[in-house]
Amino acid sequence: MNGDEAVAFAAKQAQVDVVAAYPITPQTIIVERFSDYVANGEVDTQYVCVESEHSALSACVGSSIAGSRVFTATSSQGLALMHEVLYLASGLRTPIVMAVANRALSAPINIHNDHSDMMGSRDCGWIQIYAENAQESYDWTLQAFRIAEDHKVSLPVTVNLDGFTISHAMEGVSVLEEDEVTRFLGKRTPMYKLDIAKPMTFGALTLPDYYSEFKQQQVEAMKNAPPIITSVANEFNRISGRQYSNLSGFNTSDADAAVVCMGSVAGTARTVATKLRKQGKRVGVLKLWQYRPFPTQEVARALSKIKSVGVIDRAVSFGAPYGALGSDIASTKVLTGIQTKIFNVICGLGGRDIKPADIEGIFERALRHAEGAPIDDPLTLLGVRP
Amino acid sequence: MVTLKELSTQELFGPGHRMCTGCGPAAMARITMKALQKPAIVVNATGCLEVASTIYPDTAWKVPWVHTLFENTAAVASGIEASLRKEGKADAVDIVAFGGDGGTFDIGIQALSGALERKHDFTYICYDNEAYMNTGIQRSGATPYGAATTTTPAGSKIAGKTDAKKDLIGVCVAHGVEFAATASVAFWNDYITKVRRAAAVKGPAVIHVLAPCPLGWRFDTSQTIKLAKLAVQTRYFPLYEVENGNYKLSMKVPNPTPLEEFLKPQGRFRHLFAPEFVKNLEELKRQVESNWNRVARLCGEIPVPASSSPSQPAN
Repeated sequence: MNGDEAVAFAAKQAQVDVVAAYPITPQTIIVERFSDYVANGEVDTQYVCVESEHSALSACVGSSIAGSRVFTATSSQGLALMHEVLYLASGLRTPIVMAVANRALSAPINIHNDHSDMMGSRDCGWIQIYAENAQESYDWTLQAFRIAEDHKVSLPVTVNLDGFTISHAMEGVSVLEEDEVTRFLGKRTPMYKLDIAKPMTFGALTLPDYYSEFKQQQVEAMKNAPPIITSVANEFNRISGRQYSNLSGFNTSDADAAVVCMGSVAGTARTVATKLRKQGKRVGVLKLWQYRPFPTQEVARALSKIKSVGVIDRAVSFGAPYGALGSDIASTKVLTGIQTKIFNVICGLGGRDIKPADIEGIFERALRHAEGAPIDDPLTLLGVRP
Repeated sequence: MVTLKELSTQELFGPGHRMCTGCGPAAMARITMKALQKPAIVVNATGCLEVASTIYPDTAWKVPWVHTLFENTAAVASGIEASLRKEGKADAVDIVAFGGDGGTFDIGIQALSGALERKHDFTYICYDNEAYMNTGIQRSGATPYGAATTTTPAGSKIAGKTDAKKDLIGVCVAHGVEFAATASVAFWNDYITKVRRAAAVKGPAVIHVLAPCPLGWRFDTSQTIKLAKLAVQTRYFPLYEVENGNYKLSMKVPNPTPLEEFLKPQGRFRHLFAPEFVKNLEELKRQVESNWNRVARLCGEIPVPASSSPSQPAN
């Protein structure tokens, strides 16, 4: 199945109570497949076909506060339209799971893949996971429910899958049995909900005397997330035989140079790294699954012996010294004292193909910096016509 | 009609809110909660009612209550209703959504339209004080022609708002809702009857209730109910209900009080009584009469002229 279908299948197996969603390319297959499940009676889910993404996430917030397990999906402009609701969902601590089939933002309009949609909302208080392929999209969607609904976390989670590259590409996906998923996920047990037996006020006006304390609690919830993600992943690995964690290193332990990236480009990067290894070049790939909360210490450990890394961003942070991931890697260096040289490459915008030769160029550059060449161009937009 | 004796003495809204003295919406909220006969879940749009009733760590609500954003109240109610349906509890609970006129006529109309079209089982109550009062009296789609607001001030050239009030009930009726009605906080028993009727509907129902704002309309705080009454008695705000598309006047006003008696106590209309704006006053009067005639025609109270506008809903 393709990435979208894998996500829809995961949501089906998660036995979500409510889905409220709105169609947008390249996410649409998710809601279409889920609609099929509803139409064929394969799920006992209330499916609310709303009139906009703003209402989609708003309805999800309502359902989540009412105690339901909730799922939705979006892309690009849809995520942008949800922007204020994203903060609402995290501020109200609603454990919604949302798949984002990443797509470029207008203008100019473009339906293809990059990460500018999610990066534009990266500070919205959601846990953010990036999948590399359909298999990971399926696996992380399931894990996302456990992470989001854990009482120590109680935050919404996005599972990001690259538009078209993952969302529409067919691949073999190994799925769990229905009862395995049921055992793994259990039922959601909300800490608080709209309950006529126990009336509570949600979303009160909070003035300067309490607002910071609310934000601090969100900060704490984010801090609580990494060990929960790790333990959920460990349990998932036991039943699935897969190997999830916060991030994934490929030949990084003895590498001189590496590429740091998220999403589908990691596959190309590993292929190129393998080829270069055969030529005796000590290169590796560090792929992050968990982008928020950012796994600073884990990244530092993975990069500590690597002399130089090229960080791939799939979105422009206009006017910023680095792209989004580039900034986080640079912050990691400052905070942990690792000596790795960093340069940041922005590529694959609006679905432009990232070819093996592009990645090879990044590795070659990283190797040159590893050997001492100074970084005179810390931020490059790769492959742009003059 | 319900009598005072039959009303619940239980206060599910207040005490503890910080609404202004003489606040029409506060009276509306209190009566609504007394009208409801099932346990309620309240969804509240951003606005006066929300900010002044739940200042953390206090709350004036003794029912499950949620506020999220300004424009998405009907969508949040949709989600809550979907959850209750999933749990098989939808029939045991009344979901009531409160939105002000700004949150309903303007920024929330898309979410409301979607929720009405999808036939969620909830009651949407628009408490209309005819401007964005919470942010400081800016005009909304519900502000009447001629009213001065901070964004349609009475200047030397322009005499308040130049556009007419939107027909909210017409918009809702166009969605095929089973029950929609106007009401006024002054006629509390009519309002209660309508709230109960709306709550009994399986599906969405809408009530548009006029709730005067002493601060925004600029009148003495002791006059709220009197003005809410005059609005009806002058034919400024017709009380009617629409059941399955059939319009019915709730209150006939055979001998209307002159409109001036409603306008004069209010600072927002004061400029209309200056000699240079006499035409504007006449235009407001014309609009009030025209709107009354439109409603009366829809209600079958006066015959439909042969040349009636095809854009109006058929009776």
